[in-house]
Amino acid sequence: MLHTIKEVFRSPKFTIGLAIFVVMLLVVFIYPLIITDDPLDIIGLGTFFEPGIYVNLYDGLESKTYVLKLEDAAANRIASKLGEQERLDIQEYLLLAGVPEEEIDIEDTEKLLELWLNNYDPTVRFPGSTSAKRKYYARLDASLDGLLSTEAAIIAVKNEETGELEEKSLVKQDDYVNVSKVANVRVLPLGTDNFGRDMLTELVSATGVSLRIGLIAGLVATSIGLTLGLLSGYIGGWVDDVIMFITNLFIVIPSFVLLVLISYSIGQEQRGASTVAIVIGFTSWVWTARAVRAQVISLRHRDHVNLSKLSGHSVAHIIIFDILPYIASYVVMAFILQISSGILAEAGLSILGLGPKTTDVPTLGLMMNWAMIYSAHIMGKWWAYFPVIVVIALISFSLNLMNTGLDQVFNPTLRD
Amino acid sequence: MAKVMLEVNELTTKYITRFKENVYAVDHVSLKVEEGKSLGIAGESGCGKSTLALSLMGYYFPPLHYTSGEIIIDGQNITGLTPDNIRKSILGTEIAYIPQAAMNALNPTQKVIHFIEDVVHAHFPDATKKEIYDLARTRFETLGLNASVLEKYPVELSGGMKQRTVIATSVILGPKVLIADEPSSALDVTSQKKVIKMLRDMMETEIIKSMIFITHELPLLYNVTDDIMVMYAGQIVEKASAEKAVFDPLHPYANGLMGAIIVPEEGLRDVKLTAIPGVPPNLKNPPEGCRFAERCKYAVPQCKVIKVSLNEIGNGRAYRCIFSEDELREFYKDAKSN
Amino acid sequence: MPNQTEPLFKAVGLSKEFGFGRQKTLAVNQVDLALEEGEVITIVGESGSGKTTLAKMILGLISPTGGEVFFRGEPRDISTYRKKLAYWKNIQAIFQDPYSSFNIFTKIDTVLLDCIRMRGNGNLPREKKREMMAEACSFVNLKFEELTNKYPFELSGGQMQRLMIARIFLLDPKILIADEITSMIDACSRATILDMLMELRDKIGMTVVFITHDVGLAYYVSDKVYIMEHGKFVESGTPDEVILNPKGDYTKRLISDVPKIYEEWDLSTV
Repeated sequence: MLHTIKEVFRSPKFTIGLAIFVVMLLVVFIYPLIITDDPLDIIGLGTFFEPGIYVNLYDGLESKTYVLKLEDAAANRIASKLGEQERLDIQEYLLLAGVPEEEIDIEDTEKLLELWLNNYDPTVRFPGSTSAKRKYYARLDASLDGLLSTEAAIIAVKNEETGELEEKSLVKQDDYVNVSKVANVRVLPLGTDNFGRDMLTELVSATGVSLRIGLIAGLVATSIGLTLGLLSGYIGGWVDDVIMFITNLFIVIPSFVLLVLISYSIGQEQRGASTVAIVIGFTSWVWTARAVRAQVISLRHRDHVNLSKLSGHSVAHIIIFDILPYIASYVVMAFILQISSGILAEAGLSILGLGPKTTDVPTLGLMMNWAMIYSAHIMGKWWAYFPVIVVIALISFSLNLMNTGLDQVFNPTLRD
Repeated sequence: MAKVMLEVNELTTKYITRFKENVYAVDHVSLKVEEGKSLGIAGESGCGKSTLALSLMGYYFPPLHYTSGEIIIDGQNITGLTPDNIRKSILGTEIAYIPQAAMNALNPTQKVIHFIEDVVHAHFPDATKKEIYDLARTRFETLGLNASVLEKYPVELSGGMKQRTVIATSVILGPKVLIADEPSSALDVTSQKKVIKMLRDMMETEIIKSMIFITHELPLLYNVTDDIMVMYAGQIVEKASAEKAVFDPLHPYANGLMGAIIVPEEGLRDVKLTAIPGVPPNLKNPPEGCRFAERCKYAVPQCKVIKVSLNEIGNGRAYRCIFSEDELREFYKDAKSN
Repeated sequence: MPNQTEPLFKAVGLSKEFGFGRQKTLAVNQVDLALEEGEVITIVGESGSGKTTLAKMILGLISPTGGEVFFRGEPRDISTYRKKLAYWKNIQAIFQDPYSSFNIFTKIDTVLLDCIRMRGNGNLPREKKREMMAEACSFVNLKFEELTNKYPFELSGGQMQRLMIARIFLLDPKILIADEITSMIDACSRATILDMLMELRDKIGMTVVFITHDVGLAYYVSDKVYIMEHGKFVESGTPDEVILNPKGDYTKRLISDVPKIYEEWDLSTV
């Protein structure tokens, strides 16, 4: 027994799979200890903030300023507003406005801006230009305003009595603040989702919940499957007939359809994460039961079982001590696969809107569902769905890797 | 003097275990098989007889490793050839090997003749189908197999038939040495007898020039081979003609083996079986002296300390014991009269 | 009729069919068998002759599809767990493959303790039980101190088969079915095992039924030999009658196929 366990850890596949899984578990447990925010807190007013470091502008103005003379500062500033794409768009507009092509040099920023100022007229409608395009040009125009200015910006406050603006401070173009000196900085490594919630915190919490769903679903499915398989395989006769009848009934109805129907009939408000997990487990025990039964049937006429009978052992004793240990490795493998398929089933259900209720906890499936409803995939807001897909893939991958590793250890013919 | 077909000099091979221990399963074994002769190797499981067979074929795949000694087949030294070279130039033409489960070598989805074509093509890529078929048919008929077997699929044949088919196929190129490792142990007595008959026919018709037959069933060896060699814990402990080995064994272990023979012949019901107590030594660290001393009822204290060499006593006889021939015979006579 | 003259075990017209419809095969066909107390009989047959099926029916591990079984003159009743237990106190078996006969997850101590419990001695003090186990092991030339806390698969095939005999030593049954007990071990250990088993028989006076394909073994150990072919007994009698002077064609062939050393082994008859 001990030897087998050693052998299991010597399998590189199992070890890598386990390592990935353990790292995920550690993150799930340790992250909430450090970041104690509620994962469902709405912090952003607006949808899909990009990943990045968010610096509070007000605090930034209040912080100590440093002057840094950096040569490429002006160029960077222009580049951030006037990139390659914007230049081409301007060229396109100018051509439409009747500027001869040879006069336009999109590399020369000053000339280009001058041409733009002279020719841009928000009231003109060119044939074939859509209103979206016109809005885009209006936005571009606004952002280009004052781009080449070298003047400092003035921060003014309203005088409470007179209502006049009084200059308070100047922000020059080479003024800098140190991010660490700014009172409020928030890092959103994965941005925010459609509701304005911190994606990373939500994702970690969802991973934990999904793993729990997988575990419960796996436990339920494996214990139902194992019990029925053992009974039907070992006792045989009419017990076998009845159990196999039920099992076949479950086989002919596609389990996902059953899952959808049960979830729907339970109703949104009653569907907690655990309820969904139990429902998933209840619909996915069938193959475990069949496989266990097949193995038990091949075992029950073995000589060691005969010897156990001759030693006066009861049926329960034989099942527990002479049959179960021989199929334990298989059951463990089936359990691992059930966890992985449980997580996938939850994701599938949630995408259809039949997952756990949305107000309680996030799950990986729910996050996918939200991203889909708010068209993250169309708008290119990759951070709203891609990390979720990666986590689902990693969980499945690590569990399947562990399963293959175990298979190699327990089934010597697969060893290389 | 007849031509020597197989000569093995001081061959030593070892297994390297997972824990990097050396297990010398074949320990300084020397033997010679002349043209037209057959040699039987007897011994209990784990004595190194199957490892010897693999070593003779140059089948050195981990954990089995070559250590020292040489193997000469019909004047050609094959020691040091890579397994790949051996497969290309030696197997099939110089040396052929039949394991216990040889029958599983047949591909269930292909006809027997296809299997034979593969074997022949490995050495003669230009042979035509017709040539191969004719060769196979003559060979099969000589060996008492119906030529219709060639056109059958393995599933249509019984276990014994499959085994004989594989044996006939493996000697299709007329190897100089045939090594048969328990070729009949998995079969029932009737098929076993057919296999034995076939092996004897192959020797008589000179399809094979010499044979090494490995089994733990002494009555079989006695009926098949000219000479018998008994192995114990990786070493040769007795070498003699079949007659002498069975009826006048010298080494106490060989004597013990002969005493455990059960054959259904008149008068043998009352003969007490002599069982050998104990188990063979662990070859990871074999005993200093005689390896059989622990289990030998004639052992004296020196046995455990003196390194015993193989005593050659003429006529191809040899035994590994510190006692003289006469002393040993005296022991056995006393044991019988008690 | 008083019970004294009845044989210990009797089977009349015992049959076993497998499958149904066109695939139906008769593994055992109308076999009559009687076992007297203390007798050693051998059932010889080739693979597929139905001898193992017959053995399992005698043991009550599979139920016959036809025929009657009597134990101590009364119809055998093994319908409940308790009745089976009572039957198996009297009849035990050793199987062919020692490597698959033991549960690989159970320690040797447990195997032997089960036998003591089976005899109803489960309540004895620990020391007494250890003493009994040590005695059983030493009977088969094994050292209990070296076996305790070990698993059966750590032993060699021959040692495992000896452990099986130690089990029988503790169980002290009336009938022992030895199903091909020597076919998986080499010739050298075979003699040891047969010797031990015969010694045990002399000690506790049980009936031994050898099931084997080995004619030599049948000749060597038995009082009575049955030759089985295609589910039927084709010849029976004392070893001298059946093996030295076979009457039936099948028996003649079977015996001529066994290699001999004193007589010439005629290879021309294949």
